[in-house]
Amino acid sequence: MTASMEQLPSTAPALVPGEVLLDQLVAARAPWSAVVAAGDVLTIVDLAGNQAVDCLLYAARDTAVRYSAPETVRRQGGILLTTGSVLRADTGEALMTVVDDEVGAHDTLGGACSKESNSLRYGHHTEHQHSCKENFLREGARHGLTARDLAPNINWFMNVPVDPDGALGIVDGLSAPGKRVAVRADVDTLVLVSNCPQINNPCNAFDPTPVRMVVTRPEPGATA
Amino acid sequence: MTSTPGGAAAGTATTAGARAHARDQHGRVAPHMRHVPPERAPRIPGQEGPLPGPLTWAETVAPGGYTTAALARGTRLGLTDPAGDACAHLLLHRAGATQERLSVADTVKVPWQAYPTTGHPLLSGFGRVLATVVADTAEGHHDALTGTSTAAGNNARYGASAPFSTTPAGRELLLMGALKHDLTVRDLPPSVSFFQGVRVDAAGRLGFLGSAGPGRSVELLTHLDTLVLIANTAHPLDPRAEFSCSPLEIRAWRAEADLAALAAGELLGELGPEHLAAIANTDSDLLARGVR
Repeated sequence: MTASMEQLPSTAPALVPGEVLLDQLVAARAPWSAVVAAGDVLTIVDLAGNQAVDCLLYAARDTAVRYSAPETVRRQGGILLTTGSVLRADTGEALMTVVDDEVGAHDTLGGACSKESNSLRYGHHTEHQHSCKENFLREGARHGLTARDLAPNINWFMNVPVDPDGALGIVDGLSAPGKRVAVRADVDTLVLVSNCPQINNPCNAFDPTPVRMVVTRPEPGATA
Repeated sequence: MTSTPGGAAAGTATTAGARAHARDQHGRVAPHMRHVPPERAPRIPGQEGPLPGPLTWAETVAPGGYTTAALARGTRLGLTDPAGDACAHLLLHRAGATQERLSVADTVKVPWQAYPTTGHPLLSGFGRVLATVVADTAEGHHDALTGTSTAAGNNARYGASAPFSTTPAGRELLLMGALKHDLTVRDLPPSVSFFQGVRVDAAGRLGFLGSAGPGRSVELLTHLDTLVLIANTAHPLDPRAEFSCSPLEIRAWRAEADLAALAAGELLGELGPEHLAAIANTDSDLLARGVR
């Protein structure tokens, strides 16, 4: 538990009701991680709107089994994540499934910001700024992960259109204050998050804001 | 070529006979092989003109085959699809520092372009450029979005996925190449593939563009000493029921002068600021290491 997290009363607006196992605030720019047990549901709340939540997934039993953007988009036939999207490992295995979504589209292509890529995108004067890659490395290290274990990630609430000529870019988000997405763990899954710190990026309206992470255990027989 | 060599009819029951049998096979040529030394490679039909420089790697990769090589900075890596059904699933790792490797996310995000073709940088996750696409007659029929095929996918689709099966999965082949370098599955990020294109429609749905046809080629210029892993196997979005793949030709040659020409805008014209920054980062890193 890092100082950036704050325990909240169990009154969270989880998209899938059930026993609240975890309800935490992730500060702007901060990392977060948790193991979500098979069957439990993680609701991510975009508290202020237009915040990108960079996210990597690993099978808790074997972190060499990790989220694969290509496998995920190929198997579902499209690049956008929304309700019904199965988040797959590079083995093809289902790690998590999006079970509810108030936004309608989340990004699979843009990956994480890093000091290094920021130097290419915005100029070398930005290299001292916060980055998601640093968050992933620092938070991942708590679970024995290293640079080798990072891969292109999910960006919840981030909007990355691809134009007919292939032009692609991060543009203003489709989210709004309080919008939520819920993902159910299909196996015990280590969820690694960086609440995108980049201040040069419309993914968070150039102003990173906190998000809320709520894990619920649905009642037996619930539809999630 | 597996037939019994005629000169070794004495049999293999003795050391001398077995040795003669083995040695009699030297110098043979197979349809799919690495040509050693590379100047022994046959010329690729349609590319019989003067060679651009001494070859450093020449290989015909079988359908369903894989290969790997370490290439020096300033090498031009030519891939050709003679029959029109090759698909080169490619990974690049920095030689000697393999934690630095191809990042397909940065490769599409940083240049603001999802479809690689001439002028596209293949970026590492370290803000540097591993290679630049410097020629492309396949008209951008390539894919940086959907990766390679997997064991699960090929098992479900064709009933087999292992290397040396008739329907090997790209990931299994890339893993074979990685293991040769003491790398593991953790070192296999998503790959980029050449000669089988994928496009995205306005709703974000994927469409398979397929091949631009036989005889097409693409050339990459390396900016760092690089481990190249290539699997030549059917693209996972290829809609044909039958596993369809044809040989891939590889020819690489030294072209160090192209690096300066590229950066100066004299090879492909002016590069984007992101690409130039990636080249500057790469050169700066080499300078710091005392390599340049």
